[in-house]
Amino acid sequence: MTTYYTKDHEWVRVEGDTGTVGITAYAAGQLGDVVYVELPETGAKIAKGADFAVVESVKAASDVYAPISGSILEANTALSDAPEKVNEAAESDAWFVRIQIADKGELDGLMDETAYTAYCEGL
Amino acid sequence: MSEAATENLKRTPLYACHVKMGGKLVGFAGYEMPVQFEGVMPEHIWTRTQAGLFDVSHMGPCFLTLEAGIGGGEAAHAEIAALIEQLVPSDITSLKPGQARLTVLLNEDGGILDDLIITRPLGDEAQGTLYIVVNGAMKEQDWGLFETALAGKAVLTRADDRILFALQGPKAVDVMADFFPGCEDLKFMHHMPFEMNGQRCIVSRCGYTGEDGFEVLIPAEAGLPLIEEMYTDERVKPIGLGARDSLRLEAGLCLYGHDLAPDISPIEADLAWVIQKRRREAGDFPGAARILRELKDGPARKRVGIRPLERAPAREGTEIQLDGEIIGVITSGGFGPTYDAPVAMGYVAADHAAPGTKIDLIVRGKARPAEVAALPFVPQNYKR
Repeated sequence: MTTYYTKDHEWVRVEGDTGTVGITAYAAGQLGDVVYVELPETGAKIAKGADFAVVESVKAASDVYAPISGSILEANTALSDAPEKVNEAAESDAWFVRIQIADKGELDGLMDETAYTAYCEGL
Repeated sequence: MSEAATENLKRTPLYACHVKMGGKLVGFAGYEMPVQFEGVMPEHIWTRTQAGLFDVSHMGPCFLTLEAGIGGGEAAHAEIAALIEQLVPSDITSLKPGQARLTVLLNEDGGILDDLIITRPLGDEAQGTLYIVVNGAMKEQDWGLFETALAGKAVLTRADDRILFALQGPKAVDVMADFFPGCEDLKFMHHMPFEMNGQRCIVSRCGYTGEDGFEVLIPAEAGLPLIEEMYTDERVKPIGLGARDSLRLEAGLCLYGHDLAPDISPIEADLAWVIQKRRREAGDFPGAARILRELKDGPARKRVGIRPLERAPAREGTEIQLDGEIIGVITSGGFGPTYDAPVAMGYVAADHAAPGTKIDLIVRGKARPAEVAALPFVPQNYKR
């Protein structure tokens, strides 16, 4: 089980051919209090680099980009009633979707935790 | 809110103070301003329950003063009031000494060029001048219009080198009374002059959050130590533009450039109350033909509150539909931290403006249920 990170502050935790996707604690901190999360439906296809979800703070709506292509196995519906979880547990309970990964080769070029931490420190 | 690169941005006298207090700075109305400190949500709630301090020095405070100078009593007030009444539909002549009024600058089509507050000074010896605050992003336009209307009979003095700050919230009055004794007796939309740290300043009971509160115009050298001292009071916290926006939206107050614009009349904007009887009867303001017609027959569209019935906020520019037909657009929208739900306002065809009317908001291509709602979303707590 390995977690990969994008420069747009999404993470994907890979187990076999499935991945769990969310936004990082750094991203949640930048957004401020999250008041709404919009997630795709089960079965929807998402493409690496394309927006697949929206996270809204009091002030603005922000797109969330897919770290990897695949199809949605499950969306975290708990976030509809408790969007504040994104601020409390961005990298655990507040995962956005679980996906069936289309091409694990797309993981090449994503950052590991050490690289991502260094990347954030440079921002 | 218009954000821009940080180069070429001006700074208010409180810039260093914002940095020290941990403000996140963005470009706004040509100034580098704090959008948030602790976070929009906690700052919003703090203002509704304690006292929030807002730097609004980017706005356009100014004075219009008769060429002959002040001191002419009632006649002098009538003269300066008549000059500004050329541009606005409100009765400025009938303002009582110490009283302020919200009004709008109009173009020849009766569209709104800005919203502003005009204050008449206290005391016979001070008559012949008006204290006016216009929006920061519009001040150069507005001051150009003033100069033209004054036609040399009065002088415009900019005061945007000073600190203009607002202290808003239920605890604001107790904090202010410690620094400006007597201001606690002011009523909403009234002001009094004070001396603070050796400088003249103006304390007005007004604001733009829906809460009780004050705005203070004070020279920078006197205002800086005052604000430093206010920040030592545990009831006071700095508040950024983000919470200023969510507070005014919940309170049902318009933001120029969003809810008000040059093609929108005050009647459409549901601001008919800024036009007092004498001006309606005289019809002597720019765009009077359209405005009087809309007063009589009703406007084609109206500004209304909008309550999304699901949790998704609907932002500015969101299309409003009824049975698949476009009937309007959202001009301000977001989440109301005190209301604890999404809130918005916008313009809809007048036939569909009744509170409770079911509508659809097209957010990211999908129709979401909403209804027309009475404004404000939270009760206004002004000291009447």
